[in-house]
Amino acid sequence: MDRNAFTIPVLATVIIATLYYSEQLTKAPPDDGKVHVKYWEKWTAFEFDAMKHVVDEFNKSQDKIQVDILSVSGIEDKTLMAISGGIPPDVVGLYGENVTQYADNHAVIQLDDMCREAGIKRDDYISPFWDAGVIRGHLYALPSTPATTALHYNRKVFKEVGLDPDKPPRTIDELDDMADKLMKRDAKGHVVRTGFMPGEPGWWNWSWGPFFGGKLWDGKNKITFNSPENVKAFEWVQSFSKKWGASALQSFKSGFGSFSSPQNAFMMSQNAMEIQGVWMYNFIHMYSPGLDWAAAPFPTANPELPDPTVIDLDVLCIPTGAKHTKEAFEFLKFVESQKGLEMLCLGQKKITPLKAVSPGFIENHPNPFIKLFIKMSYSKGAVSTPKLGIWSQYKDEISSAFDDITLMTKTPKQALDDVTNRMQPMLDQYQYRLHLRGEE
Amino acid sequence: MKKISRREAWAGYIFASPWLIGFLVFMAYPLIASIYFSFCDYSVLKAPVWVGLDNYKSLMKDDLFWTALKNTLFYAILALPAGMATAIILAMLLNTKVKGMAAYRTFFFIPSLVPQVSLAILWMWVLNGEHGVLNPILAKLHITGPNWMGDPNWSKPALVVMGVWGVGNAVLIYLAGLQDVPTQLIEAADLDGANSWQKTRHVTIPMISPVILFNLIMGIIGTLQVFTVPYIMFPNGAPAHSTYFYAVYLYDNAFRYHKMGYASAMGWIMFLMILVLTLFSLRMSEKHVHYQGT
Repeated sequence: MDRNAFTIPVLATVIIATLYYSEQLTKAPPDDGKVHVKYWEKWTAFEFDAMKHVVDEFNKSQDKIQVDILSVSGIEDKTLMAISGGIPPDVVGLYGENVTQYADNHAVIQLDDMCREAGIKRDDYISPFWDAGVIRGHLYALPSTPATTALHYNRKVFKEVGLDPDKPPRTIDELDDMADKLMKRDAKGHVVRTGFMPGEPGWWNWSWGPFFGGKLWDGKNKITFNSPENVKAFEWVQSFSKKWGASALQSFKSGFGSFSSPQNAFMMSQNAMEIQGVWMYNFIHMYSPGLDWAAAPFPTANPELPDPTVIDLDVLCIPTGAKHTKEAFEFLKFVESQKGLEMLCLGQKKITPLKAVSPGFIENHPNPFIKLFIKMSYSKGAVSTPKLGIWSQYKDEISSAFDDITLMTKTPKQALDDVTNRMQPMLDQYQYRLHLRGEE
Repeated sequence: MKKISRREAWAGYIFASPWLIGFLVFMAYPLIASIYFSFCDYSVLKAPVWVGLDNYKSLMKDDLFWTALKNTLFYAILALPAGMATAIILAMLLNTKVKGMAAYRTFFFIPSLVPQVSLAILWMWVLNGEHGVLNPILAKLHITGPNWMGDPNWSKPALVVMGVWGVGNAVLIYLAGLQDVPTQLIEAADLDGANSWQKTRHVTIPMISPVILFNLIMGIIGTLQVFTVPYIMFPNGAPAHSTYFYAVYLYDNAFRYHKMGYASAMGWIMFLMILVLTLFSLRMSEKHVHYQGT
């Protein structure tokens, strides 16, 4: 038989089928007469489901706008590329610390006028959550789910070493003493449990300075990372390496499992106390429901800043060049209502950014320490990421200096001086270039 | 040109046009644009602003640029010879006449099929200082294994060890080269009473020298651009920037710090470095590389 008699029809069928299905897959959705708002969000799993629920409620609440939510990884980079390519989504869920960089580049639009018209105002919000979206006097982002941090500690281990599980440390000195008692090494001297490690989980290495009263910059044009308060904080950080040995701690830490897993060091009782956010409950509940733990305000390092906590939040923005700005804002308005925010924040088991809290929110909240986390957001010792366009780079530099300090390859003063000397010209140049571009 | 050949030329261009258009749009344009951007302050979102040689001047004063460059060269100097030597030795072993050779060849090639991301995740567990697979094996040999990933002195050697694991592609190329070595030359050497080292040194190596040159140049390019594995295994070049490589700093500048102009300047400096090293290798090779039939 002629081979072509078989091959050609098969090839032709494959080509036609491919064309047909690719056409089907890429075809625009049928026109339902609604405006479709594209919404990119970074969350996955149950956090995504919580937002999806809010989106569904919004879609049901009216018949003119349809919000299509999509979970996108590496959102801060991909959104930027989409904006520069002229095809941004209409709504994007960013991290609070990205806002300055985006605002400086006009990658997201100002929301002042729309919020004023819609009656969304600062007075209704717990101030640090609202203020995170304000850059040089203009509002660029609205809070979606906020969080505060607190000291999480393992009650069982406390009891084991003879500490009162109802009396967590209140000052840094007490924390140090308890950490010493909680430290455990085996017969060979290998670390098998730490009481506390400043580098675990290591997500807020920049915050130790501010906890001790240090500032990361003066708010205008000077990097102040090597201020005496910051140096003091990092001397405290290094004291753990000095006490227990830098490489012993480093090697013990390298054996920790990933955060979102049953091998999490805190859940495995490998690390008895650590700073964590309101979300920690979700993970304990998921992976180690039997763990006997509690949360308390992080011990005070500077008497002027009692109950230090990190303000950590996710925000919603409208990218520059979005096709349906008005409709996107309608959705934001829905989310920012008390009902919308509580639905979302309860779904993600976090706190709400609003001052008003409905009674049901706390009653229905599964986290036994939810009141503590809400209280922490009003704390005098609350610290936020600095509003610096060069923050992502500054933060990377701090992380690297943190390594040098914990590995004892540099003294705290030396490491902090190095970061300051490196970041100051970057800030000067950044501000000069903002000036060149006609911003300020 | 005759009418028919002109028509054929046109047809040729039309058939090649998907590639031509792709090349012009996705390669040539970005290449040329990046030269321009390297002289600009460009955040991608705003139009580029001309700043002259500013980016290049700042780079020269940027400590992290030098750290990243030093790390990259250090890695290349270790990884390139280690990878090439391992690949040649493996290829020679796989070129012997032993039973089940097809299976051995497959085994050594398989690791190079593992995607880079999986490779990084896998090796994170092999090299883990506390629960890793490698250190207990070393302990059996009475060697106390270091904390590969946590110790700034060992993090780069750890990457070299990993690199050696993925030499399958190079082995394949060497193997092809080895099979091309004329048997009559080996037989002649045998008749002259050469031992196997002499045969390797004076017949095999010179005969596969063009392949070695090719792998050397590809290796220079590959090691200087090392990115994926360290990017995944060592976030932010941890510990303490000891694994912060040139390509990672370039990526961070471009996509995380939004300094596209600065990153473009870095890209061009890297290009010039690779160009110089490649030309140098070609120059050096003139005396040592033997092409068959010349």
